[in-house]
Amino acid sequence: MYQYDQYDQAMVDARVAEFRDQVERRLAGDISEDQFKPLRLKNGLYLQLHAYMLRVAIPYGTLSSRQMRMLGDIADKYDRGYGHFTTRQNIQYNWIKLQDAPDILADLASVEMHAIQTSGNCIRNTTSDQFAGAAADELVDPRPYAELLRQWSTFHPEFDYLPRKFKIAIIGSETDRAAMKLHDIGIQLVQNDAGEIGCKFYVGGGMGRTPMIAPVIGDFVPPLQMISYLEACLRVYNRYGRRDNKYKARIKILVHEIGADEYRRQVEEEFKHILTLGLEPPAAELERIKGFFEQPGFDANASDELDLSDPDFALWVDQNVHAHKQPGYAIVNISLKPVGGIPGDATADQIRLMADLALEHSFDELRVTHAQNIVLPHVKKADLYGLWQKLDEAGLASANLDLIGDIIACPGLDYCALANARSIPVAQKISERFADLGRQRELGELKLKISGCINACGHHHAGHIGILGVDRKGVENYQLLLGGCEGADTSLGTITGPGFNEDGIVDAVEKATDVYLAKRAEGERFVDTFRRIGMAPFKEAIYAKETANG
Amino acid sequence: MVEQTLRFRDDEPVGDPAVTVDAFADQSNATAVRIEPGDDARALLPHLDRLALVEVNFPAYTDGRGYSAARILREHGYAGELRAVGDVLLDQLSHMRRCGFDSFAPNQAISAQAAEKAFATWPEVYQKTVDGRPAIWAKRHPA
Repeated sequence: MYQYDQYDQAMVDARVAEFRDQVERRLAGDISEDQFKPLRLKNGLYLQLHAYMLRVAIPYGTLSSRQMRMLGDIADKYDRGYGHFTTRQNIQYNWIKLQDAPDILADLASVEMHAIQTSGNCIRNTTSDQFAGAAADELVDPRPYAELLRQWSTFHPEFDYLPRKFKIAIIGSETDRAAMKLHDIGIQLVQNDAGEIGCKFYVGGGMGRTPMIAPVIGDFVPPLQMISYLEACLRVYNRYGRRDNKYKARIKILVHEIGADEYRRQVEEEFKHILTLGLEPPAAELERIKGFFEQPGFDANASDELDLSDPDFALWVDQNVHAHKQPGYAIVNISLKPVGGIPGDATADQIRLMADLALEHSFDELRVTHAQNIVLPHVKKADLYGLWQKLDEAGLASANLDLIGDIIACPGLDYCALANARSIPVAQKISERFADLGRQRELGELKLKISGCINACGHHHAGHIGILGVDRKGVENYQLLLGGCEGADTSLGTITGPGFNEDGIVDAVEKATDVYLAKRAEGERFVDTFRRIGMAPFKEAIYAKETANG
Repeated sequence: MVEQTLRFRDDEPVGDPAVTVDAFADQSNATAVRIEPGDDARALLPHLDRLALVEVNFPAYTDGRGYSAARILREHGYAGELRAVGDVLLDQLSHMRRCGFDSFAPNQAISAQAAEKAFATWPEVYQKTVDGRPAIWAKRHPA
């Protein structure tokens, strides 16, 4: 894991001091709420429906046990004993008092954490592959590059008032576990025929009200020019991104309106100029950072043998445990999606337990996933059974990873001031409807994602089944989308037709899964069947009942 | 109107009024120009040697185009006064300085003392820009 030196620490300490001053000025009435708003947003502090919400950055989703424990302690000390892990690999606290915020930031700074740029029209926290450094299919560990990106984007003076927020994801595997093409910039580390590593830049993807899959802008940027290329991409956007309409201000609209070729031409021109300025950190800096991400001290004699005689354990292993590149080790996914639970929520006790387990069993490391789960990246297979028992006791052993119960949902109208409809109750009802794990496994991989408004924080466009909450004349209404997908075969979901009420949407989801079960061919996932047979059979089944009942 | 300018330069202020970028192109004797957010700062690059003052207007502090305009001018060698004008607030000063601004004419007055404090917000910087401050990576790896 990366560790701060005196420079990194000085930066977060300076931020705490600056924010304390800003809060004091606000509480004293020296600055208005209008003036304070952009300042607090730069620190991830939102005013929600009932209280302030603080969003804490978890750079590229990576945490040590000490950091994780602090997240649990903050939940107890300043919130109501729980936290909410988000689709951007961060954590949010929903019941924060303004006067406590500087103290929370100080507590975070004591464990090398912060809330810098978790909001506002700036470069947000960089996200990455939750299996980085552990995945069997990994080409290059993206974390050192993500850390380089974190430092470059932190308090970048030119790009703090962009037209709109800016999200970057970076991966180093062929399998895309970070929805990279649905980001403002997605970077994939690739290898050319000569065996050299390069950065493939996808620019202009995104969800929100105009979902777009990012086109390739830079085919193969040398890693030691990555920062210069980013400067070029951002400068073109900062100068020419639309500022007349907030809903057309993301970079995807610019790339779409001028075209990928023209955007690329402008970036290349800027890039040529920027390369002359010497803005790029030297190779020695990348090497220094890489030193923090060396492989942990694996036991070379660890066994691959696993006693699967306990059927519940066997189910969990089959569903939640992934292949590790090191023999005798495994990647453990802890689902934060118990039946009827709030997706992504964890109690302070659960958070601390996961911290303890990471210290004991996973070389002191945890990851947060964009699917709102937690990963222990390096667990010895011999430890799995004992680990599972402890997770099970704490209600953390739901064996539903990537199944219909593993729902992504935004906070929705229960918390969020932007939402049009509640997301959480819908997630809970669907989770309960499909509570039977055998039924979930029969349905296989099925990613269900719920957003409470068109801003799409719940990634509904990318769900095999997506649900979008809207407000229809003061009544919450839910639209159903089918066929979205993230990863190498990224696609955007298509709306089925008229929306439903809260119970109706649960029924509609069930009908869609019935169609899949009836029509699927051998080995097909829900999304594969949808792609093969198209919308018509689903639509027919979903809307049939109303006609039949008159 | 602007009445208080914070200036961090030793030379004499320019007395000429700033003209628009469009007008500047037709006036070979103008030495001061004012850039609006939608203007292309690159249009000034052929004329940098006869410019003594560039004002960059921020009609709203949330419009960050002026930061890029400032950096572009400095990156191409502009050494005259670079003044941020308009909705320029205390909390933006340090970033503006890093992008090359060396004078400020805010709509709402800012004291010199407060400005100095704002410039000192960041003990270190992660990026190399045009203000000459060494980036953290450069300090970590002295040449």
